[in-house]
Amino acid sequence: MTAVDDVLSGRPAASPTLDVDAIIGDPSVRIVVCCGSGGVGKTTTAAALGLRAAEQGRRTVVLTIDPARRLAQSMGLTELSNTPREVAGVDTGNGGALFAMMLDMKRTFDEVVLAHTDPAKAQEIFANPFYQAMSSTFAGTQEYMAMEKLGQLRATDEWDLIVVDTPPSRSALDFLDAPQHLAKFLDGRMLRMLLVPARNGGRSVLRLMTASFSLVGRAFMKVLGTELISDVSTFVSSLDSTFGGFRQRAERTYRVLQHRETAFLLVAAPEPDAIREATYFAERLSADRMPLSGLVLNRVHQVAAAQLSTDRSLGAAESLTAAAESPQTAAALRIHAGLRRRVARERSVAERFALAHPQVPLSAVPAQPADVHDLDGLRAVGAALGDAH
Amino acid sequence: MPRPADNAGPADPSAWPRARLHVVTGKGGTGKTTVAGALALALAADGRRTLIVEVEGRQGLAQLFDTPPLPYAERRVAVAPGGGEVRALAVDAEEALLDYLDMFYRLGTAGRALKRLGAIDFATTIAPGLRDVLLTGKVKEAVTRTEQGRRARGRTYDAVVLDAPPTGRIARFLNVTAETAKLAKVGPIKTQSEGVAAILRSPLTAVHVVTLLEEMPVQETADATAELAELGMSVGSVIVNETRPALLDGAKVTQAELRRGLTTAGLPADRATVAGLAAEVAEYRSRLDLERRLRDELARLDRLMLELPLLPDGIDVSALYSLAETLTKQGVVAA
Repeated sequence: MTAVDDVLSGRPAASPTLDVDAIIGDPSVRIVVCCGSGGVGKTTTAAALGLRAAEQGRRTVVLTIDPARRLAQSMGLTELSNTPREVAGVDTGNGGALFAMMLDMKRTFDEVVLAHTDPAKAQEIFANPFYQAMSSTFAGTQEYMAMEKLGQLRATDEWDLIVVDTPPSRSALDFLDAPQHLAKFLDGRMLRMLLVPARNGGRSVLRLMTASFSLVGRAFMKVLGTELISDVSTFVSSLDSTFGGFRQRAERTYRVLQHRETAFLLVAAPEPDAIREATYFAERLSADRMPLSGLVLNRVHQVAAAQLSTDRSLGAAESLTAAAESPQTAAALRIHAGLRRRVARERSVAERFALAHPQVPLSAVPAQPADVHDLDGLRAVGAALGDAH
Repeated sequence: MPRPADNAGPADPSAWPRARLHVVTGKGGTGKTTVAGALALALAADGRRTLIVEVEGRQGLAQLFDTPPLPYAERRVAVAPGGGEVRALAVDAEEALLDYLDMFYRLGTAGRALKRLGAIDFATTIAPGLRDVLLTGKVKEAVTRTEQGRRARGRTYDAVVLDAPPTGRIARFLNVTAETAKLAKVGPIKTQSEGVAAILRSPLTAVHVVTLLEEMPVQETADATAELAELGMSVGSVIVNETRPALLDGAKVTQAELRRGLTTAGLPADRATVAGLAAEVAEYRSRLDLERRLRDELARLDRLMLELPLLPDGIDVSALYSLAETLTKQGVVAA
């Protein structure tokens, strides 16, 4: 790619180029995690990478969280499906295959419970109001369950490559923080305190609170209420063994993310907010010794009439309008000038990231005229990613 | 620059909801924080005072108004046109809980003890829905604060703007009673969440959805509109962000015409330039067709539609004033 191309594509000249094909073609890479803030095309990127890997011969599964309806349809996911399904219409000539699944966090949670308790106890847990609320609305459940599902998929050893689309969290960091959050909760003093009354049959909750914890206990009761505390207490004790196992697995998955078999791909749009989030995430990954393979700069605009500068175009449009000459050309020049300014703005945003992280390889995917919602569209995105270098 | 919603749905400025609390949501990447900031400025015009609140711990408001990170306190971040001011608050769930405990139970020291036990962590991150009750509870307090109130200390507002979570989570975030009803059948959490829910469903509150003329944001706007209606809340207005003037409406552009025009203007008219320009025009036109179709879809939601232009040089504080002015011209005014 020449310097002029770099200017026009919006990719900062200083950054190394991200070679996506080298990543998905490397048999030692088993997991690709796509992360980034909301609205940057993370899901589409994950699906496009999965399709490209499958058509290059790898047995691939894409774990998506909440794909847009039409994108889900293009992958044969017309209903919520918590087990991988083969995607039709994929070229399997190279020996690969594409499977896709959508995370159902409640069902995943239920499965974890079922796998670790006897059926009677499981029913008891399912009936607990705290469990019902937690398994469907728990802040962070989606992150835990995405991690859990990733661990399950990896454990079956059925796939050459697992491509993960991370949940649309408040911040991209929530995905990494979820397992530790859970571990902190499980190891916390509060949990042990909650477990004591339950082990004594549950009746001593009030006595324990008022006697041993006096001020603290009373505050606790006031905020949460006795009923909630006893629900939580029963829940936690009945789920104790399950949680222990879950925590261990979450920690194991977290360690897998630090292995060489995992590649993190940051996805960002060339907008200040998305780039800022990407910067935080890049810093966090390096602090946690997790391998960041590169940044995919999504929906980058490009200029076709490269010779015409912004100023000359606008000046010429003015003089054409003043002379009442070719209004179409004047409009075309204004469109061109607007596009050029946009490209320049996107480029300066990308430059900022490149300056902060000069070692992170970068690849720019051109903006598509319409949203992607079929396999051909995904193929085009995959080709743009693969051909960037 | 500002362009009225000429080919859009209802744009009667008198339809702007006379609410005190303006909740701003939208798909990620649509610029909802920017729109919330412009809205807070517009509502503060002519000597009024508004509070803009963020609840997601992103310090997006500090970046927007170009100020240092906001503490858990109401700080002035901008002066409005014609006098008036915008204050900003970054609500932190943990601080809100301690604040709440202190306010109602006078639990200064016990609060800190709870923190050591991990109970605050539990309450704000683990317990389902509780975090949202605390965050919206703080917003409710700011909305209903009165001059005579014990804690008001002269900090009442003409309007409160909430930079809310994105469309995908907005219904869950605002539906605090249902969430907590699953957990707390009685007690202070229930009382608190019912109080918040009543405000959110009253004419005191308007929920606005920010969108772009792109497929996914428009789809999510329609989904959020339906979800909110089901919960007894409704969309006050749909704010279409980053709109561009429609150049070349309907006119066909041939390469021959471009070549002639470029030559007349004294610009290079070689084959590559002409073809490049023609390609850019073709892409622009297909974009325009898509935008027209999406605008029609939005119009079918039958909500007040406001428009904000794409500002070619990006968003800074002065751009925010220009967007606020555009909103004012479309009828946005504090109740």
